[in-house]
Amino acid sequence: MNSVFHPLTLVTFFPLLGVVILLFLKNEQKSAARWTALITSLITFAISIAVLAQFNAEDPYLQMVVKVPWIKVAGWTIYYYLGVDGLSILLLLLTTLLTPIAILSTWRSIDERVRDFMIFFLLLEIGMVGVFLAQDLFLFYVFWEFTLVPMYFLIGVWGGANRIYAAVKFFLYTMAGSVLMLLAILWLGIEMGTFEVPELIAMNSIPADLQIWLFLAFAAAFAIKVPMWPLHSWLPDAHVEAPTAGSVILAGVLLKMGTYGFLRFNLALFPEASVKLAWLMALLGVIGIIYGAMVSYAQTDIKKLVAYSSVSHLGFVMLGLFALNTLGIQGAILQMVNHGLSTGALFLAVGFLYERRHTRDMDQFGGLWKVMPVFAAMTIVVALSSMGLPGLNGFIGEFNILLGAWGSGQEGALGSVMYAAFAALGVILAAVYLLLMIQKLFLGPLNKEENRVLKDLTLREILIMVPILILIFWIGLYPTPFFNLIGPSVDNLVQYIQGAAVAVIP
Amino acid sequence: MSVNDFLSNFNEILPLTFLFSWACLLLLVDLFISESKKGITALLAAAGLSVTLVLLIVNWDQTGTAFGGMIVVDTFSTYLNILLAVSGLLAIAVAYDYLKRTELERGEYYTLLLFSIGGMMLMTLAADLILVFLAFELLSIPLYVLAGFAVPRAESEEAAIKYFLLGAFSSAIMVYGIALVYGATSTTALSEIIAAISSGSTNMGLLGIGAGMILIGLGFKVAAVPFHMWTPDVYQGAPTSVTAFMAVGAKVAGFAALVRIWIWTFSNQALADDLTPILWGIAVLTMIVGNVIALMQHNIKRLLAYSSIAHAGYILMALVPYAQGDMTDAVVSSILFYLLAYMVTSFAAWAVVIALEQKEGKGLELDDYAGLSRKYPVLALTMAVAMLSFIGIPPTLGFIGKFGLFSVVIDGGYIVLALIGVLTSLVSAYYYLRVVVVMYMQEGEPIVQKETLLYLTVILTGVSMVLLGIFSEPLINWASQAVLGMF
Repeated sequence: MNSVFHPLTLVTFFPLLGVVILLFLKNEQKSAARWTALITSLITFAISIAVLAQFNAEDPYLQMVVKVPWIKVAGWTIYYYLGVDGLSILLLLLTTLLTPIAILSTWRSIDERVRDFMIFFLLLEIGMVGVFLAQDLFLFYVFWEFTLVPMYFLIGVWGGANRIYAAVKFFLYTMAGSVLMLLAILWLGIEMGTFEVPELIAMNSIPADLQIWLFLAFAAAFAIKVPMWPLHSWLPDAHVEAPTAGSVILAGVLLKMGTYGFLRFNLALFPEASVKLAWLMALLGVIGIIYGAMVSYAQTDIKKLVAYSSVSHLGFVMLGLFALNTLGIQGAILQMVNHGLSTGALFLAVGFLYERRHTRDMDQFGGLWKVMPVFAAMTIVVALSSMGLPGLNGFIGEFNILLGAWGSGQEGALGSVMYAAFAALGVILAAVYLLLMIQKLFLGPLNKEENRVLKDLTLREILIMVPILILIFWIGLYPTPFFNLIGPSVDNLVQYIQGAAVAVIP
Repeated sequence: MSVNDFLSNFNEILPLTFLFSWACLLLLVDLFISESKKGITALLAAAGLSVTLVLLIVNWDQTGTAFGGMIVVDTFSTYLNILLAVSGLLAIAVAYDYLKRTELERGEYYTLLLFSIGGMMLMTLAADLILVFLAFELLSIPLYVLAGFAVPRAESEEAAIKYFLLGAFSSAIMVYGIALVYGATSTTALSEIIAAISSGSTNMGLLGIGAGMILIGLGFKVAAVPFHMWTPDVYQGAPTSVTAFMAVGAKVAGFAALVRIWIWTFSNQALADDLTPILWGIAVLTMIVGNVIALMQHNIKRLLAYSSIAHAGYILMALVPYAQGDMTDAVVSSILFYLLAYMVTSFAAWAVVIALEQKEGKGLELDDYAGLSRKYPVLALTMAVAMLSFIGIPPTLGFIGKFGLFSVVIDGGYIVLALIGVLTSLVSAYYYLRVVVVMYMQEGEPIVQKETLLYLTVILTGVSMVLLGIFSEPLINWASQAVLGMF
């Protein structure tokens, strides 16, 4: 297949066309810029649906591979190497879905330098999609590091009062991890002679004692991105200062790059180290679950509450991944998607409220149910999904993760059921802080004058929320199609890990 | 030796012969160009450099020795000479309007520039320590004068004096080092030094000290710590167009000599055992000091000065595994590529600095860049890309360059060194980003000179940083080819 018009190349680089068109616009041509970006991202979404249509769910290996030499120099070749499998297909769709949603959410809230905003947003989409599709470590690193730049500008230029601090902190934190990963990538490329991930996995020849170090170097990059406790401190700053659309993408997709990194690279490249260090990763995950939930509970700023809830939710994902069994990893992948949808939607809701009232202090609200019924209903559904109510998407993911962790605790890598037990505690804590949020916002008397005049959601805003709500119910009520997509690849990965690391499992 | 044999030596180094003749002619011709039309001198100098560049490219494959083995022409030298010629052209492009506006436009400027480039080129060709020293002086003396070109501005005078005194000091150390090497091996020709070392009749202690002193001398030129003291003051005081040239040219020439002497001559294992730890230490110090002190700078010229120190550190870092036999090619080609990446990025940044500079050295504080992205998006974008390229963020040229440097360090087994390197890169991200923050995230009314040539340079280097970063394969291969044809 032609590498330029290959579906994966198109879905990655189509936004570039939008960027080129935007370059010819002026910042004053606001609506032209908005429509260009929206249409570009919608077409990108359509292409990703076409990718899904071609995707063979039964094939556990990489599909639709495009591979051409990119930099061919003495010693090694770096490939332009894209491919998709069950581990990445849902994240690809999540990215292309959330991007137009996020762009649509900026229609009113971004009014300054609209064109520049859209350029950075579309560049960000290229980077994110590339991260999920790249199968060459060098190429992956290029996309990975590149996403920093547009996000840095989105926070730094269009963010809140403390935006510069947050933007620089975001950049430096993430880069601190990335550079360590770069060294590990270089080491792999030099010692193994290739940067191709499937090749490296097939070789499976990295000595166990070195695996630990390489695992840790990769983990440094990914753990900061996730973010895992105790490396999370950039997250609340970045989230609170970022514009709504930035927060949506940050929570919805960028954090998933970290968990996806663990899934794609750490587990598959360093299976023995993964088994050996599973306890540590799961422990940090569980600490994150409980810590994130407790800190969320203490917040009065809604955005901070939602930000810390991410720490908690991604703790679940980490726990599921390092259960190292099918249930856990499947649940973790689905939970990545769930978190992207629910938390993305929560940030959207916070954005809607902030645009109307210019405060995020929960104590300033109360009784909003009466003036904004549509908004209230939607937000409550999203919050319930986030806390894992059966029938909504969050439940499916968390339940699978807990089952997986329990199973792994009984006979598997984790070796203790206490991880699952404490994680279950996190589910209860999530109910506490999210119900408290619902109560403070929507219930009780409507006793603030300013809140009486708040208008309910506009058609555009409803349109933004509806696709997410549909998916929340769909995954919650009938998750089978989603599991079918990821199942074979996960089975394959789990078998590989167990086969490669059979010696280390007790 | 017949006259023809003697003359054929000049033919061997035709590009350089041409450049020096052209520079001498220009010195005369300039006398007849009236004060108000010094632009013609600039054009003539550029024409001379262009011809030199064409000659270099045409004679790419040519290799040989001349002047009794004092000079060696190989692809390594030709590669670097092409970089130097391009640097010279860029230096003229950024100086053209700048000199007019700062009332510094005098014909000597361009002639001195050509002589200095000639010296730098000679440095890349030198196969004898005496010639290294000669080239060292030839490139330095015009630079001393150029640094003081903005006389009677005190900073410029200070820069010239400082540069001259420390430069003379470093020359003296280097000559002493050369003398010691001569004492140890009874020759100054690089190829004979190798022979003397391998014959085992050398006083290794003496040779080691001599090599160390040569390292100090060249360390001054490339601004390695602790021989960097002059750099910030000279970079700040000298006219910015001179700084831009100096930041690239002197570094390229210094590393040319360093790489050739080290890889070629001092790669003997016993000697390398002594020299490698010293290189290691200097590289680490240079990366740390350059990057950490840059954090505290508010003046863009000083900031870029410390940044250039730090980049010398990265190159030195890649030189550390120089003596591992199978690594030499990779070491040299990564350095060659990095010098190219550094040249493009550096000129991009300095061109923007020149565009913002006002009379009397105003417009050089970071705060003067506030709001640049709104009013002059092209300048701000180029500066931002240059900063990202300096940090080493993909897909810029700087990233590919750093990737190459770090890969040889890891390949050589110096994991700790690589770790220090990437961590200092992280530190550098902070100050480079500060420039971006000021341009994009703060409001202000920057004043900018709109000059055609300067803008062209900005756009050309800006586009190159990204496009050559993405499509870097030919350049990387070119750099490795240059190594294969090295003596």
